[in-house]
Amino acid sequence: MGATPNGFNLDTTGRRIVVDPVTRIEGHMRCEVNVDEQGIIRNAVSTGTMWRGLEVILKGRDPRDAWAFTERICGVCTGTHALTSVRAVEDALGIKIPDNANSIRNIMQLNLQVHDHIVHFYHLHALDWVNPVNALRADPKATSELQQAVSPSHPLSSPGYFRDVQNRLKKFVESGQLGLFKNGYWDNPAYLLPPEADLMATTHYLEALDLQKDIVKIHTIFGGKNPHPNWLVGGVPCPINIDGVGSVGAINMERLNQVSSIIDRCIEFNNNVYIPDVIAIGGFYKNWLYGGGLSSKSVLAYGDIPENANDYTGANMLLPRGAIINGDLSQVHEVDVRDPEQVQEFVDHSWYSYGEPGKGLHPWDGVTEPKFELGPNLKGTKTNIQEIDEAAKYSWIKAPRWKGHAMEVGPLARYIVGYAGGHEDIKNQVEGLLGTMKLPVTALFSTLGRTAARALEGEYCGRLQKHFFDKLMTNIKNGDQSTANVEKWDPSTWPKEAKGVGMTEAPRGALGHWVKIKDGRIENYQCVVPTTWNGSPRDAAGNIGAFEAALMDTKMERPDEPVEILRTLHSFDPCLACSTHVMSPDGSELTRVKVR
Amino acid sequence: MSANTPDRVLILGIGNVLWADEGFGVRCIEAMADRYAVPPQVRLLDGGTQGLYLLPFLEEADALIVFDAVDYGLPPGTMKIVRDAEVPAFMGAKKMSLHQTGFQDVIATAQLLDRCPSRMTLIGCQPVELEDYGGGLRAEVAAQIEPALQVALGELAGWGIAVRPGRSTGADLADPSIRRGVYEAGRPSEGEACRLGDDRFFPTVA
Repeated sequence: MGATPNGFNLDTTGRRIVVDPVTRIEGHMRCEVNVDEQGIIRNAVSTGTMWRGLEVILKGRDPRDAWAFTERICGVCTGTHALTSVRAVEDALGIKIPDNANSIRNIMQLNLQVHDHIVHFYHLHALDWVNPVNALRADPKATSELQQAVSPSHPLSSPGYFRDVQNRLKKFVESGQLGLFKNGYWDNPAYLLPPEADLMATTHYLEALDLQKDIVKIHTIFGGKNPHPNWLVGGVPCPINIDGVGSVGAINMERLNQVSSIIDRCIEFNNNVYIPDVIAIGGFYKNWLYGGGLSSKSVLAYGDIPENANDYTGANMLLPRGAIINGDLSQVHEVDVRDPEQVQEFVDHSWYSYGEPGKGLHPWDGVTEPKFELGPNLKGTKTNIQEIDEAAKYSWIKAPRWKGHAMEVGPLARYIVGYAGGHEDIKNQVEGLLGTMKLPVTALFSTLGRTAARALEGEYCGRLQKHFFDKLMTNIKNGDQSTANVEKWDPSTWPKEAKGVGMTEAPRGALGHWVKIKDGRIENYQCVVPTTWNGSPRDAAGNIGAFEAALMDTKMERPDEPVEILRTLHSFDPCLACSTHVMSPDGSELTRVKVR
Repeated sequence: MSANTPDRVLILGIGNVLWADEGFGVRCIEAMADRYAVPPQVRLLDGGTQGLYLLPFLEEADALIVFDAVDYGLPPGTMKIVRDAEVPAFMGAKKMSLHQTGFQDVIATAQLLDRCPSRMTLIGCQPVELEDYGGGLRAEVAAQIEPALQVALGELAGWGIAVRPGRSTGADLADPSIRRGVYEAGRPSEGEACRLGDDRFFPTVA
């Protein structure tokens, strides 16, 4: 088949392996690869097996309600979708938010980053590197010594503590409730940790569970409730009444103190547990530097966390904005999501139709017209696909491109953009980590690099949360208790027609909502979500997407046990619930892995 | 009240309201809050598809009632109740959507932490239609809301908790814009917004 324009040599002659569905992700996806005689992946195809299109639900609704619908698309990034939605509507209608609202929104958004990164690492991704069954063989005393060496300031490190956890784990496994740890390939040689490291990491799995329950309380405090916190076009829905006691819903000193203590706990956990674990576990896998894919070539970040309210320029963003193409780190390109020539979605290999081939549409002009058809080289039937024909349409995910380039988005993309652009905090963190691990900067372009960037970002976001908390407190003490601007709440103040865009950096990457409003109602609403970028199929020119690229050239220890495929796909923290919709038709629980 | 009465009860509706009958559980919670005044030790919660986010609510409860759309392999619109140890198995028996695996994992996690409610009742309804993005409850499923509430009241009564008609104002409900009436009435027409999709997932569409 030869080289793709974005530089990957595809060869479909080897055995075909089908993984469907890919587990421990949000939503459903299917992945097919061809491996050569050495078990090395030479072709990769990622298929979103669910149908999407939020616009079909929102058409004609009140734009002030859109956040509540977008909050329901997904079980994970509810708040990010809601924030992106209110930003899009505010942009369309020219609504300015108060400073306190900006600080509170940033704290909420950063809270989601911190929460999602910890949960992703310990509860979705760790099992790709950590073997909880092997942890049963660990010596608790040696585990305690390992813990103290890895993180001297973490207080939970006694042999008795690890023995207790090991006993609990043993009881759980022996009762046959392997539930959480099911579908593992626990005797696969791809697992490299000694039992003590497995026990330490599994213990932190439990510690992270306890922490994550507290983290979400911040959403309850500022969002009024959780799950599904409330959002508001024009600001935030929580009034501030700093001297209030027990008043329903209002933010008072007691609640702010609670927020502050949760932020401190997260900072401590990141420093004492998360970062040391990534370094310790990464140390055992230093030679497993597969999975870089597009990260060494083309990455994109919209930027987020505006320092000052209502200024959405790149320079005002604490998480960086920019694009890097063709691996040239010396140039960070400016990104303008309003420009009809920059962000475009293509459907040549997606189950949609634009009426003509090779056409790209900017999201403001996006259409969702399903067209399900399969290529002539399909193996199987329409309702039971054995092997997809990637030369034809093969995914429910559209193919977004930035100036024609397939891009990777997410923590690693943000960190590469920040590193290349000289972002001080990011540069210091990255250089510190690479120095500690004695790795060159090119090691970033890997599955582990993606996992490490997420950990660094979690730590940085924790610090930023504290920054905005202090900023909020200062502003309140100076007498500003305003949290919402309702000047343009009434639709009679709106123009007859308007369009706007909202951008955020969701935990898993750049997220944009584009809205068109007409006569006070939603005329068109398009979301381009992170997993649309990363899970993108090929385009008309043959460029492969980020998942596909990242799987290329990986060596599989046992082709019928897709540990390596899962490892790399999970490192993106994929969330297909919003990029596509549901489900394998027979609802089968176990991943089917077929080697053909 | 008896010694057997749980101190705290969580009544949870789970599912995705955007996928037709998948919204059954959440709509039951709305209806319950609308028609009954639950006592302070009972919490009504719209859990959506939140997975792990629901763990703290589970841990706080001594007894749990879950409303959900469940694929029992029974005729559409059939209600079935399972209890305690059977609950996780039914939620994973045949995976219909993400949140079911998610919730099964939440129960497993609560068990691993030894903080799972000691009593659990799943009030499930066999859906008619899931593959209708943006759609509402089908009539057969909507008709099961009231019977489902009666089952829940019966469970509570069995635990020594009486519930009076009225309203539960403290319940954690969906935003008013996506509650059942507004959501179903505000749907764009088929002409405005295409409802077709993949043959594999939209098998009944001609």
